[in-house]
Amino acid sequence: MRKSLQLVCLTALLLGAIRANAATHEAIPEGMARIPSGIYRPLFRSVTDPAEVRVNEFCLDTLLVTKGDFLEFVRTNPRWQRSQVKRIFADENYLRDWAGDLELGTNANPNQPVVFVSWFAAKAFAQWKGKRLPTTAEWELVAAASSTRADGENDPAFQQDILRWYSTPAAKELPVVGKSAANLWGIHDLHGLVWEWVADFNSAAVTGDVRNDTGLERQLFCGAGSVGAKDVRNFPAFMRYGFRSSLKANYCVHNLGFRCAKDL
Amino acid sequence: MNMRMVRRTSVFAALLIAGIATALPVSTFADEGTVLAIGPRPVDPEVSGEEHAILTQAPNVPPPITRKHATKVIVEMEVIEKTMRLADGVEYVFWTFGGQVPGEFIRIREGDQVEFHLNNHQDNKMPHNIDLHAVTGPGGGAASSFTAPGHSSVFSFKALNPGLYIYHCATAPVGMHVANGMYGLILVEPKAGLPPVDHEYYVMQGEFYTTGGYGEEGLQGFDMNKATDERPPYVVFNGSVGSLVGDKALTAKVGETVRLYVGNGGPNLSSSFHVIGEIFDTVYPEGGSEASHNVQTTVIPAGGASIVEFKTEVAGTYVLVDHALFRAFNKGALGMLRVDGTNNALVYSGKEVDAVYLGKAAGGGETERRVTALKAEVAQEIKNNPKIANLTKEIQIQKGKAVYMQTCFVCHQPAGEGVPNQIPPLAKSDFLTLNGRDDIIRGVIAGRTGPIVVNGKPYNGTMVPMSYLTDEQIANVLTYVCNTWGNSAEPFTVNEVARIRQESPAPAASSSFE
Repeated sequence: MRKSLQLVCLTALLLGAIRANAATHEAIPEGMARIPSGIYRPLFRSVTDPAEVRVNEFCLDTLLVTKGDFLEFVRTNPRWQRSQVKRIFADENYLRDWAGDLELGTNANPNQPVVFVSWFAAKAFAQWKGKRLPTTAEWELVAAASSTRADGENDPAFQQDILRWYSTPAAKELPVVGKSAANLWGIHDLHGLVWEWVADFNSAAVTGDVRNDTGLERQLFCGAGSVGAKDVRNFPAFMRYGFRSSLKANYCVHNLGFRCAKDL
Repeated sequence: MNMRMVRRTSVFAALLIAGIATALPVSTFADEGTVLAIGPRPVDPEVSGEEHAILTQAPNVPPPITRKHATKVIVEMEVIEKTMRLADGVEYVFWTFGGQVPGEFIRIREGDQVEFHLNNHQDNKMPHNIDLHAVTGPGGGAASSFTAPGHSSVFSFKALNPGLYIYHCATAPVGMHVANGMYGLILVEPKAGLPPVDHEYYVMQGEFYTTGGYGEEGLQGFDMNKATDERPPYVVFNGSVGSLVGDKALTAKVGETVRLYVGNGGPNLSSSFHVIGEIFDTVYPEGGSEASHNVQTTVIPAGGASIVEFKTEVAGTYVLVDHALFRAFNKGALGMLRVDGTNNALVYSGKEVDAVYLGKAAGGGETERRVTALKAEVAQEIKNNPKIANLTKEIQIQKGKAVYMQTCFVCHQPAGEGVPNQIPPLAKSDFLTLNGRDDIIRGVIAGRTGPIVVNGKPYNGTMVPMSYLTDEQIANVLTYVCNTWGNSAEPFTVNEVARIRQESPAPAASSSFE
């Protein structure tokens, strides 16, 4: 298991090296959009980490994985059904809002994003689809784009719009996917619907200040939270980093879903 | 087991990103993130027994601790994100410790061993944690209590230092978590206890950075620019405008001793805490152990607290303010302590609140005597029903003058003359006669903005809503204004004001993020 995990991460992170021979005109899979290569500047990094991470072009699902999609997955992969899943791969909240192993419940809409899924489950789904989870760098690069520009983090109105989600009460019922406007790259619902798993969700913890070697998450707290941050005004990014750092890979949370990525 | 595995994997990945796959020991990183189990703790010989902490919502304080030994105290606290009232017609999504702002009051004794359970409600959007300033140790518990929605964390600490301490959420971005209401007080009583008093209350100041201005109705979002510029539309006590006003005022009787535990959650502003008409007999500045005496105003830093004590001498209403006065009059930093002087009414009758304020603000000694005389005349009528509806117009005018001199005169000027081109006059104002009574009342409750013409001259300013005034105060002040400086009208009644307040529009429906 450990080896295969490393392999996935290696695959994800060393894309550039691996895909050197990849065909450049491969068709973009249905339901995905091509994301051009770009430069991601991590919010948190240590003095030894690079200020910039190059992200090679890849494909990303335009929509979040829905309950309907996930139902199909558990139907063909019984070990990921609610009553079958192993606790170390998903905590007791796994698919808690479903009515049963194969029933979404009468009030559920199959087009709602799937939530209450663990990182392991999200990763298994992605593999089943022949895809993978996006890395933090990939996800953040895509999510930085507003509907009109790639560098939305420099657009105060865009930032304030994202913050609005945190200032509104949790919706009683999750909206269905795809209702919000697509961003510059054609991707929907990156902000304002649910949080999203990424492949390396817990790596922010080690890109902090290495002089402070106690408490992996501690640099995200209090005033120290701004030490080493590249943009202390990017509150939404702080919150995403904070949220990811609070997770363990078997956690299942009511407002945490995912989408898949694929190498071109 | 799986966690260690994942950590190491991601560490491995991160090192690759960083291009420093050198001889850094992986375990340095991995161990910290895997702490999950609550292992056996070393036994503290000082501690005996176990109890669950009584937590209270402001303005209440848990009862004093009577036991004479240290014990194990279990604290269960739940983080809840919820929409609540910030001011009349104004709502906000508060992030709370225990469902209210400020968070629940915790009371323990020096030497106690605290087992702290932080539960993050399953419907919350954010991870949260708690940094208690009473904790000695890195982060004050922040790292040990970092909790995802739908999870809970447990950590323990020993209360080494007595004092009054703040606790707050310390999750990034910490300023926003605090600005949304995540703070409260924890009292560590000294081993010898605190001197007994008749009343203890819990008051906590904090600012709110709403997208709309003060009083703008509907569900308000958090405004990051105002927060970073430290320009809050609201500065309030206990989480909302009017939380300690009217029926919710703190109470005491003449001759009783009062102790206030006052905290300042901030996140940005220091408080110049003052109780109008009182002198603090004793202050424990910054919640520490040294007592200071005969203090008028005490500074409470953001992220700090203070204990103030005084004996009430005179009946009346005492107003708690941040003496940075525009916060008090224009942003909501007002609370009230009502001191009843039942049997001593005669002795103290000349010194109730309005008169006291007049004495301070406008040399109202004469007014004071006049109110007393008028009161004596109608004492028979009002004895059994002191509601303003039964008072004479003249007393209403006198009382209204007191309100005016506290609230209105800053802008409209002491003689109602206004300020040329800026503040419209109230003296001989045709605006007051041309517009109906309801509109006048509405103007006070809801404020007024945009162009108007008064006595032929145009004005285009903003009057902030004065909705924190009670119905009685508004009726009195309007009766005063409309019967002074050449104006004339029937007295305004409490019922009239209450009716208009009722009809003010309900908060706008919440808009969902698209």
